Amino acid sequence: MTDTYRVRRGDGAESRNAVHFTFDGKSYQGLAGDTLASALIANGVHLVGRSFKYHRPRGFVSAGSEEPNALVGVGATQSRYTPNLLATQVEIYDGLVAESQNRWPSLETDAGFLNEYFSSFLPAGFYYKTFMWPRTAWKKLYEPVIRRMAGLGKAPAESDADRYTQVFAHCDVLIVGAGPAGLAAALEASNSDATVILCDEQAEMGGSLLSDRSASIDGMQAADWARAALDELRKRPNVKLMSRTTAFGWYPHNFVGLNERVTDHLSNPATNQPRERLWQVRAKEVVLAAGAIERPLVFTDNDRPGIMLAGAARTYVNRYGVVPGKQVVVFTACDSAYRAALDLKAAGAKIQVIVDLRKSVSGHWVDKARAEGIMVRSDSIVRGTSGWLRVKSAQISNAQGGDAETVACDLILMSGGFTPSVHLFSQSRGKLSYSEELRAYVPGESVERERSVGACKGLFALESVIESGAKGGRDAAAKAGFSPRGERSYTVSAQSVGADAFIGSVMTDHQAEKRAWVDFQNDVTAKDVRLATREGFRSIEHVKRYTTTGMATDQGKLSNMNALGVVSKQIDVAVPKVGLTTFRPPYTPTTFGSFAGQSRGDLFDPVRKTSIHAWAEAQGARFEDVGVWKRAWYFPQVGEDRHAAVARECKATRESVGIFDASTLGKIEIVGKDAAEFMNRMYTNAWTKLEPGRLRYGVMLREDGFIMDDGVVGRMATDRFHVTTTTGGAARVLSMMEDYLQTEWPDLEVWLTSTTEQWSVIALQGPNARKVLEPLVEGIDLSADAMPHMSVREGRICGVPTRLFRVSFTGELGFEVNVPAGYGRAVWEAIFAAGKPYGITPYGTETMHVLRAEKGYIIVGQETDGTVTPDDAGLGWAVGKAKRDFVGKRSLSRPALVREDRKQLVGLLTTDPKVVLEEGAQIVLDPTHPIPVPMIGHVTSAYWSATLNRSIALALVRGGRSRMGEELSIPMPDGVIKAKVVDSILFDPKGERLNA
Amino acid sequence: MLLINCPYCGPRPEAEFANGGQAHIARPADPMSLTDDEWAAYLYMRDNTKGLHHERWRHANGCGRFFNASRDTTTDVIKRTYRMGERPEAEHQGAKP
Repeated sequence: MTDTYRVRRGDGAESRNAVHFTFDGKSYQGLAGDTLASALIANGVHLVGRSFKYHRPRGFVSAGSEEPNALVGVGATQSRYTPNLLATQVEIYDGLVAESQNRWPSLETDAGFLNEYFSSFLPAGFYYKTFMWPRTAWKKLYEPVIRRMAGLGKAPAESDADRYTQVFAHCDVLIVGAGPAGLAAALEASNSDATVILCDEQAEMGGSLLSDRSASIDGMQAADWARAALDELRKRPNVKLMSRTTAFGWYPHNFVGLNERVTDHLSNPATNQPRERLWQVRAKEVVLAAGAIERPLVFTDNDRPGIMLAGAARTYVNRYGVVPGKQVVVFTACDSAYRAALDLKAAGAKIQVIVDLRKSVSGHWVDKARAEGIMVRSDSIVRGTSGWLRVKSAQISNAQGGDAETVACDLILMSGGFTPSVHLFSQSRGKLSYSEELRAYVPGESVERERSVGACKGLFALESVIESGAKGGRDAAAKAGFSPRGERSYTVSAQSVGADAFIGSVMTDHQAEKRAWVDFQNDVTAKDVRLATREGFRSIEHVKRYTTTGMATDQGKLSNMNALGVVSKQIDVAVPKVGLTTFRPPYTPTTFGSFAGQSRGDLFDPVRKTSIHAWAEAQGARFEDVGVWKRAWYFPQVGEDRHAAVARECKATRESVGIFDASTLGKIEIVGKDAAEFMNRMYTNAWTKLEPGRLRYGVMLREDGFIMDDGVVGRMATDRFHVTTTTGGAARVLSMMEDYLQTEWPDLEVWLTSTTEQWSVIALQGPNARKVLEPLVEGIDLSADAMPHMSVREGRICGVPTRLFRVSFTGELGFEVNVPAGYGRAVWEAIFAAGKPYGITPYGTETMHVLRAEKGYIIVGQETDGTVTPDDAGLGWAVGKAKRDFVGKRSLSRPALVREDRKQLVGLLTTDPKVVLEEGAQIVLDPTHPIPVPMIGHVTSAYWSATLNRSIALALVRGGRSRMGEELSIPMPDGVIKAKVVDSILFDPKGERLNA
Repeated sequence: MLLINCPYCGPRPEAEFANGGQAHIARPADPMSLTDDEWAAYLYMRDNTKGLHHERWRHANGCGRFFNASRDTTTDVIKRTYRMGERPEAEHQGAKP
C-alpha cells in the first residue's frame, strides 16, 4: 500500500483487492468497496468538478447521495455512458471509466473560469435582467452561450444499450433506510409473519453504524452489530433486503417507487441482468428511516476543494479507510464534528483547531477533544479560506469580527447540525413542523399509513434512534395485522452528540458574502439570497425560483435550510412563516431508462395491424397511423408519387372496382330483448322499424347535443345489431354505451360486446363490384332487387361465413365483406384474384377520403370537432324527430344550438380549379377588413378530385346553407384564395350510382 | 397511484380504472320537460368538493363495471367503494345525496 492517504478502516476489515479505474483519462488504483470518491481521495485527488455558473474548482462535500459537487460522467462507450452521477455513490470496478464535467479544456485549467472575474455582474436574477434585449439575440446568441458555459454533463450520443425492467411488489411492511433505526425496525417487524422489504440506497447496509467506531450495541462495535443484524434478517424467509435501492418517490396509498441499481457496480455483468429495476411497491405499512443530512456552514470561500462535511470525513476514514486531509481545521456549530475530529486524529491527521460558533462549549466530546490536546476556539468563525485547486488555509476570527488568524490546512470540516430527510414523508402529504431546537423541519401529522423513525424524525442519540426504530417496526407489523413473537431489547452504549444546530450565514460582513456559498451546485451565494429579499421576494418559493437555490439536481438537500435561515434573518420573519419549498420526487435523479423499462422501440406503444396488413406491405403500400392502427394510406406503383397514386386509385374505383381494407372500423355486437330500445336511446335515429336484414347510417351524440360518432348499423335479428363505429372512436363509444346501460338503464336487457378484432372488413367498391363478388358468394342473391343498397345478408364467401353489407362510402355500388378475422387475408386474396379481369385496384385511406368527400360524406373528427350538431353537418334527416328521448336530444333545442347563423357544412369550389385549399384554413367575407378579420368558418377537407378534374373542399361556414353561390375568401400567407359556396354533395347528387 | 377497491374484483391499481366524474347525478327521466337552465345544470354543473366526494369509477381495464367511490379530495383516501344503485353511507354523505 503506497497510498499515503490510506489508513486501516475503522472496523479493521482489511483484505480488499486492488481495483483499477481511470478518471479524466488518468489511471488510478482503488480498493474493492471504494466509491469513486473514496478511491480518488485515497489518491489525493479532491478537485473533481467545476461549478455550474462561475466554473470554480470544486471537490467532495459529502460521502453520499446529497453530494452537490462531485458530478461525473461514467461509461467507456456512449451507449453505456451516464452523465451526472455522484462520485460519492459510484462504486468502482476494474475498468471503470469516469470523467469530470463542465470544464474545458481540462479540470485544472478551465477557460470558463473567466466567469469568476465577472461574478459581480452575475447576481441573482441576472439572466432575467441582462439578456432581455434585443429579443432576437436570446435564441441565437445568449442562450447557446449560456448553455455552453453553465452546464452539467452531456447526454450520451448513442441510445442506451442496457435493459431495464419493472417489478410490481406487495409487502406488509416496507422500511426505507437500513441505518440503526431501519435495522431495528426490520428486526422487530419481521419478528412476526409480516412480509418485510428493507431497502437502502447504499451498496452496504448499515447507514451511520458503518462509520461509527465509538458506539457499541449489544456489546458489539456498531458496524459489527449492523452486520450481525443483517445476517439475522437474511435468515428470515419473510424479509427481502434490497441494497443499492433508492426509494425515490411516494405516491398515494402507500405506493412507493424504488429504483434498484443492479449492474452499475459490476465489471462484467451477466448478459441476462438488467441495469436497473423499477420496483413499484404497495406496502400495507411503511417505516421511514431515511436518516438525516449534515448541513454545511455558510462562510466566505466555503466551496474550495478540501472543504467537506465533518460527518463525510468521518465516513471516509472509518468506513473506506482513507483520510481526506492531514492538516485539519474544523468549523462547527455542534458536537458531532468533535467526534469526527477525534476519528481523523486517530487515523493520523493533525487537527489544527476546532472553531466553534457557539458562545460556550462543554460536554463529553469537547472535553475529550481538549484532553487529546486539540485546540478549541468557541464563539469564533472561519471567515475566509485560501487555496485555488485545494484549500490551503483558513482565516479564523471571533464570531463578531476582529483580527483574523490564518491557519494552514489541507482540509476544513464543517457542520451546522443535521437536517432530517423528510422528503418521502412530505411527499406522502404528511404535515411538517419546524423544530426551533434542531433548526429543521421534522415530521408532524401523517396522512398515509407510515411512521418516521430515527434521525429522519429528528432523533440523533443512538439509543433513542434504535428505540424509535424498534417501536416503529413493531407498530407497523401490528397495524398490518401481525402480532410479534416476543420482545427484544437493545443495549446501546454511545455518547450523545446533542442536537445543536445553525442555519443561515455565519458572516457578519455582508460584503464578504458574495463568495459565501449557500447552494454549491447551482452556485448561489448568501449575497444572492439576500439580494432576492431586498428586491421584494418574501416567500421562499419565490426566492428559490429567482435565485435558483435548491433547484439543482440535489434539490437543495444541503442548501434549503441555510437559504431559509438567510431569508428569515434578513426579513426578520420566523422560519416557519417564510415557508418551505415542496419536496418532489425523485429523491435522487433516476434514469429515464428505469421509468421506460421495456417500453421502448417496438414495445413503446402497441401497434394494431389488420389481418390484411402484410399483404398491403408486400404490395408496397404506404401506411398512416390512425389511433394505434396502421392503415394502408395509398399503394404507389413504380414512379408514382402520392398524388398520382391517389388519382389512379380514385379513377379505377369510379370506373371499375377498388378494394379497401376497412377492418379497423370499430364493431360492437348489441344483443338482447331490449336491443332496439337501447339503440333508440343511444342513437339519434329510429330503430324500431328497421327490419332484420337492413342497414342504417347511425349518428350518436353526446348528451350536450354534439356529434360524437357515426357508423353503419346492421340489424341481424330483432334482438341483435351489428354496430360499426369510427376507427378511433370504438373504445369511447363502447364505454359510453356501457355507462348508460349500467348506470341509467340497468333495467334494459342488453349485452354489449366489442367485436372489432373479430371481423375483417373488405370493402369492394365500384360499378363492377357485384360481378367480382358474385362467383365467390354462396347462399346470397346479390342482385339489386334481392339485395338493395343498405342491406345485409348472411351466407358464405369462399366457404367462409360472412355478414355481407351492401353499403357505400364512395358513392359507388359497394359491398363490405365481414369475415372472421382469421380468414381476412385469404378472402381478400380470393376477391383480389377474382377482380383481376376487371383491373381491381387496392386503394388506401387517402383515396377513401377523396371519394367520400366528393359525395359530401362526413368524417367524424374531420368535419366535426365536438361543437357540430347533426343539423350543422347536414344530417338533420338522421334525427328521429318523433322519438321521445335519446342521448343529446334535449340539448338540440338549446338556444345556441338552433341559431340560424351556426356553422353549417357546405362544399367549396375554388375560383381557380387547380388550387387545393388547406385543411384548417380560415374563411372570411372581406379580406381587406382591418385585423382582426372576422372569421366565418374554416375548411374541414380539401383534395384534388381526379373524378371532377378540379379541387374540391368541404367547409363549415356560418349560415352556410343560405350562402349558396356566394364567393368567400380564404386568406393565406401568399395571397387570398377565392372560393364559391356550393352544395356539399359534389358528385352524383342523385345517388344513381350507388343504387345500381 | 391510487389503490381502488373494485366492489366486484377487489383492490386494483388506479391504472386499471377510468374516473367517471361526480356520482349520484341521475339523468332526468323526461329531459324534454326541463327548462334550458335545468338541463344546463344537469349537463354542466358539478360540485368542486374539498373533502369527501362521491365519484364514479369504471374498472375499464378489468371487469368493465361502473361503481362509486367516496374519496377525500384533500388526502386521496378512499373511505369506501360501493355498487351502482347503493347509497353512500349516512355519515359519509356530502352536501348532496
